[in-house]
Amino acid sequence: MNVILLLLPIALLLGLVGLAAFVWSLRSGQFDDLDGAAWRVLEDDPDDRPTDR
Amino acid sequence: MSCCAPALDGHGGSKDLLADAARAQRLTEWLHSVRQEAEGIGRLVLSVPDMHCGACIAALESGVSKISGVLSVRANLTLRRLIVMFDSNDADVLDVIEKTVQRLGYDALPVDLGDLDAERDRQEARRLLIALAVAGFATANIMLLSVSVWSGAEASTGHLFHFVSLLIAVPAVAFAGRPFFTSALSAVRAGRVNMDVPIALALLLSLGMSITRTIIGEGHIYFDAAVMLTFFLLIGRYLDQRMRERARSAVISLTRMAPKGARVVADNGQTEWLPADELRPGDIVRLTTGERLAVDAIVMKGEGTVDRSLVTGESEPVAAAPGTRLEAGVLALSAPLDLRVEKTANKSFLSEIATMMEAAEQGRGETASLTDRLAGLYAPVVHALAALTFVGWMLWSADIWTSLDTAVAVLIVTCPCALGLAVPVVHVIAAARLFESGILMRNGDALERLAEADHVIFDKTGTLTTGRPRVAKCLLATVRERSAACELARHSSHPAAMAVADYLDDSASLHAEAIREVPAAGIEARLGTKIARLGRADWVADIARIPAGIQPPATGLAFAFEGETVRSIEMAESLRPQAIQTVNAIRERGLAVELLSGDGPLAVSTIAERLGIEDLRAECRPADKLERLDRLRENGAKVLMVGDGLNDAPSLAGAHVSFAPGSACDVGRLAADFVFTRPGLDAVENALTLAQQARRLVRQNLTLAICYNILAVPLAMTGFVTPLIAALLMSGSSILVVGNALRLSTGNRNSADQVALGDAAVVVTPNGGVAG
Repeated sequence: MNVILLLLPIALLLGLVGLAAFVWSLRSGQFDDLDGAAWRVLEDDPDDRPTDR
Repeated sequence: MSCCAPALDGHGGSKDLLADAARAQRLTEWLHSVRQEAEGIGRLVLSVPDMHCGACIAALESGVSKISGVLSVRANLTLRRLIVMFDSNDADVLDVIEKTVQRLGYDALPVDLGDLDAERDRQEARRLLIALAVAGFATANIMLLSVSVWSGAEASTGHLFHFVSLLIAVPAVAFAGRPFFTSALSAVRAGRVNMDVPIALALLLSLGMSITRTIIGEGHIYFDAAVMLTFFLLIGRYLDQRMRERARSAVISLTRMAPKGARVVADNGQTEWLPADELRPGDIVRLTTGERLAVDAIVMKGEGTVDRSLVTGESEPVAAAPGTRLEAGVLALSAPLDLRVEKTANKSFLSEIATMMEAAEQGRGETASLTDRLAGLYAPVVHALAALTFVGWMLWSADIWTSLDTAVAVLIVTCPCALGLAVPVVHVIAAARLFESGILMRNGDALERLAEADHVIFDKTGTLTTGRPRVAKCLLATVRERSAACELARHSSHPAAMAVADYLDDSASLHAEAIREVPAAGIEARLGTKIARLGRADWVADIARIPAGIQPPATGLAFAFEGETVRSIEMAESLRPQAIQTVNAIRERGLAVELLSGDGPLAVSTIAERLGIEDLRAECRPADKLERLDRLRENGAKVLMVGDGLNDAPSLAGAHVSFAPGSACDVGRLAADFVFTRPGLDAVENALTLAQQARRLVRQNLTLAICYNILAVPLAMTGFVTPLIAALLMSGSSILVVGNALRLSTGNRNSADQVALGDAAVVVTPNGGVAG
């Protein structure tokens, strides 16, 4: 029982971190241009972060 | 990648000739589309249809970012857009950005208010995706907890788990279920029932029921069912939304159809720029290279070539000489022309077409999609069953809790999970298959409508034919005549002359001198000592004699040396690749085939004969075509219209379902439900096959979903459904439906691939066709 009390919040927290990471990446525009991203990995110039909007 | 390598000086030369007035006009338009982001920062969104690959991204981003005053640039390849943030205090930046993009070899148009709809779609898709993520998170976690309860956790642990589930489920459903709640609420307010009403009801009841049960600490608890339902239904909803958004951005963004004004030449020779609605019939306007005509007008002075592709869909330049009528939207390619305005701007050809399109689209009306029609039947039945269960159990056991429990279980298991997934999954896969074979689909119900089509109407020019002529019969007698005709033809850019040059392709050519091209007549030159002419038969006959007993053909070309015999060269239109096979295949399917064309009867019947089409109508104006469509519709036919020109646009909008080739004019492409980007007409046949496959799968899926309900409802009504069984039934049916839909992605792929490979050599068009 004690183990569950510890594990349950940890499991939920990890899940929430994943969810938050997804929402953040979506909001910051990382899913806006999937076609372009496929080409951008081939570019030599490393400075290709999305612009702040 | 070489296809898109930026042409550094590509458009530079001719564009420099752009009149200052026209240029200022363009810049004002750009300025209007700038949005102020923050103090002194402007945001400009440009649509760049020719952006194709990584090289384009790199060229545009590095090129534009070097401009002083530009703060940041970001290219979006998916939407083919360029987003530029710049210092809006610097007035010259826009000008420099425009020049730079042009110099890089791309055409850019500011994205204007017309695209706000698309923007809203994007926002909607993003909200759905976040809701989907939240629902997925909740489903996974609650399912973990539920599995341990089902496998027999201790009572206290079970109680704790249920309580944790409650804490996850309530906010998750409240957040992720909003699309269903709002839609159901608006439907109920309007006095209708849609698919979302039973969904919302099931969600609310199961959640409310489970909350009470958790607090009391006994009975069936359906948190897992509630979140799983939300999750599955959101998948369907998201796929649907995404396809709509993709389809919208795939079709080229609206190009400016007509400019908003023209330069009027006053009596004293001065020119003055006037907005289009102030132009009066009789005014003389001057059109310079690179300008579009704002109104319908007749050429008064000057000779040159114009691009009428917006009107006819044919990209070949056309000669314009005094007396030529030009429609609004025509682009001048060379030489200044003075024209007399024929009609005011709101009566121009373009605006007439626009009015007709609007009327036609309204006439077609909203065909309710299959899912919506089903929902109309489904929701009342489900609600009646749940009510019946409740009443039945009340009478039998007189225990309100048990009765409520069973009634909720009925609502949960009948929730249209499989129904919600059945249609969108098939449509998304079908859209992807169509995309692979070069066909763009505007929306999902177009596929349903395509499968219903039973009458196909083709336009001729540009649809059944390529619009480019070829030599059918050449009566040139001697080698001398052949090489002379070839040499003459080479000096003209007229499509017919180019076809002659291709056909004769003579290497030992004579040398032509004193070449003179007469618009609307032909080309004349001196070869050695003699004058020779190639062109319209009666014009050629002026210098030569017509052989006795032979009537010179009204169509086609003729050639002659001065004083010698006239030789005729018969021209024929070349059919679009696979036209004959496609027409035959469509007829074999049992669909009626008809030809409607604006061309003369002779040209139309020739083509109809070659294709074996018996039902044909020539000299149809746009209104005639529309009238024909109306009559067919009254007789109950579902018409598939294939056409390309601006004159087809109203019928494309008004037909049950419509196709346009990628070479069609912008308006035609926007009016059609499907756009095929490869030259072969077999796209129509392929899409028909796929649409019928898709319809079969949708029907199978719906049958599966209904079968599932037939199985599950009695179980639920008799009270045998526990949360575990409900979860198994729900996920089982959804997986079955999705699995069945996936068969579409593998079926007949081999044949589709072969078609793709066969066409690969001719697919690449210099401007990328409609790929933008």
